[in-house]
Amino acid sequence: MTWSEVVELLGTGLQETAWMVGVSALFTAIGGLLIGVLFVLTERGGLLPIPPLNSVLGLIVNLGRSIPFLILMVAIIPFTRLVVGTSIGTDAAIVPLTVGAIPFFARVVETALREVPSDVVAAATAMGATRREIVGKVLLREAMPGLISGFTITIIAIVGYSAMAGTVGGGGLGYLAISYGYQRFETKVMIATVVALVLFVQLIQMVGDFLARRLSHR
Amino acid sequence: MIEISGLRKTYRSKAGAVVAVDGVDLSVGEGEVYGVLGQSGAGKSTLLRCVNMLERPDAGTVAVGGVELTGLRRKQLRLARHDIGMIHQHFALLSSRTVAGNVAFALEVTGVPRAERRARVAELLDLVGLTERAEAYPAQLSGGQKQRVGIARALAARPKVLLSDEATSALDPETTESILRLLLDLNRRLGLTILLITHEMTVVKRICTSAAVMRDGKVVEAGPVADLLRQPGSELARDLLPLGGVEAPDGTTVVDVTLSGAEADEPIIAELARRFAVDVRILGGSVETLAATRAARWRLALPGAPEDNWEALEFLRKRGVTS
Repeated sequence: MTWSEVVELLGTGLQETAWMVGVSALFTAIGGLLIGVLFVLTERGGLLPIPPLNSVLGLIVNLGRSIPFLILMVAIIPFTRLVVGTSIGTDAAIVPLTVGAIPFFARVVETALREVPSDVVAAATAMGATRREIVGKVLLREAMPGLISGFTITIIAIVGYSAMAGTVGGGGLGYLAISYGYQRFETKVMIATVVALVLFVQLIQMVGDFLARRLSHR
Repeated sequence: MIEISGLRKTYRSKAGAVVAVDGVDLSVGEGEVYGVLGQSGAGKSTLLRCVNMLERPDAGTVAVGGVELTGLRRKQLRLARHDIGMIHQHFALLSSRTVAGNVAFALEVTGVPRAERRARVAELLDLVGLTERAEAYPAQLSGGQKQRVGIARALAARPKVLLSDEATSALDPETTESILRLLLDLNRRLGLTILLITHEMTVVKRICTSAAVMRDGKVVEAGPVADLLRQPGSELARDLLPLGGVEAPDGTTVVDVTLSGAEADEPIIAELARRFAVDVRILGGSVETLAATRAARWRLALPGAPEDNWEALEFLRKRGVTS
């Protein structure tokens, strides 16, 4: 295999990985934020205390976090098929990637929100702010640098998961590394994939760090 | 302006119940600067947080400006809170917003239209002397400047009442002094009623017209500072005007005299010595200019037994409080 062929393969692989990771990250951001915010709000002494809902959310998050991704991916195949109509390919991989990453990001959101000092929330309450204002203008806004850093870590975790998904028919860089690099002894592909992944992750981290720094005024 | 009656708040945890506020009655008049003094754990912070319902009392009522807060529904309470400003020990500013942004936040929350906000922010920053730092972030400010932002923010909705939760406890003495001056100035210029809690005697000394002392969730003494000074055995008087001093020599009559108002400026010790020809000794004492009044307290030793000195003692009793 020539280097130009390797580059072509790599181009497709990178594209597939970027698609899988991008779409899952988007859904993860929405789902994780929703669950994370709801979890912090509904706890005892929170802004919207509903302890039973809080317990359920906590359970879901813990459950999701304790199942290894490889097993989760296989276990939810029926669900994946229901959503995208197939269990093979990059689109199908998005479902388990999202399901696996949401609990992870929900925890990240929870931690970031807890970093907001309670007296800041109390001050907003004392000013007569609505709950919506407190969530949007105080909690989320104040936690933004932490949320961005946490989201960066989450995306990188999804990149890792996506390589695993690739090995079982998901496509992307993981699929390249296994099917060409490992099974067909194409060392060039293996090296190129590893280098591509390192650069990919590095890029995500740099963008994340930059944004977090820009938004932090602590 | 603030009427608290029968207030009670208990915190329950697995370790048991802690009664933080145990039946407190307090009345703060319009334009007063009222200080609640106490050690940490005395319940003063809970008391203050009950005034704007950050903590829901278990029993009792709180009325601010004639509005009974304990009975309000969520939305009404939110609106009522616009009339009650609050400043905090650790400032509680939004780190993600500039000084101007922090003040603007209070205006957003109270529903001031966008068009009016700019002018009002400028006005408020001018009031606290921070116009030049409008675009700075809280992290770039000193403690005193942060508290000024806190004060500007608390006044955004033109409240009638300001609650101060240990507002100067995190500041050094000089900065404390400047913040206290600002509060006193606002009290006088805007007629702002201030209810503050503190463990620092200086705060009471400098700005309070009335004070209460809290211990174990109860108010042990309360009233106008000038009255408390005249009250025999007042803890506040003792702490405001510490005697220090030396041991009493044998064969003398020791008497503590507290003088306030005009009496504090009179040369009564000289008069005592002249009129009764006693060799009076000063064992200890202090003279203070308080926000409420001028005050002095002396520990004097008169030679001989009390019986020998009854005329002198009677003279002192007429001028001030003796014990």
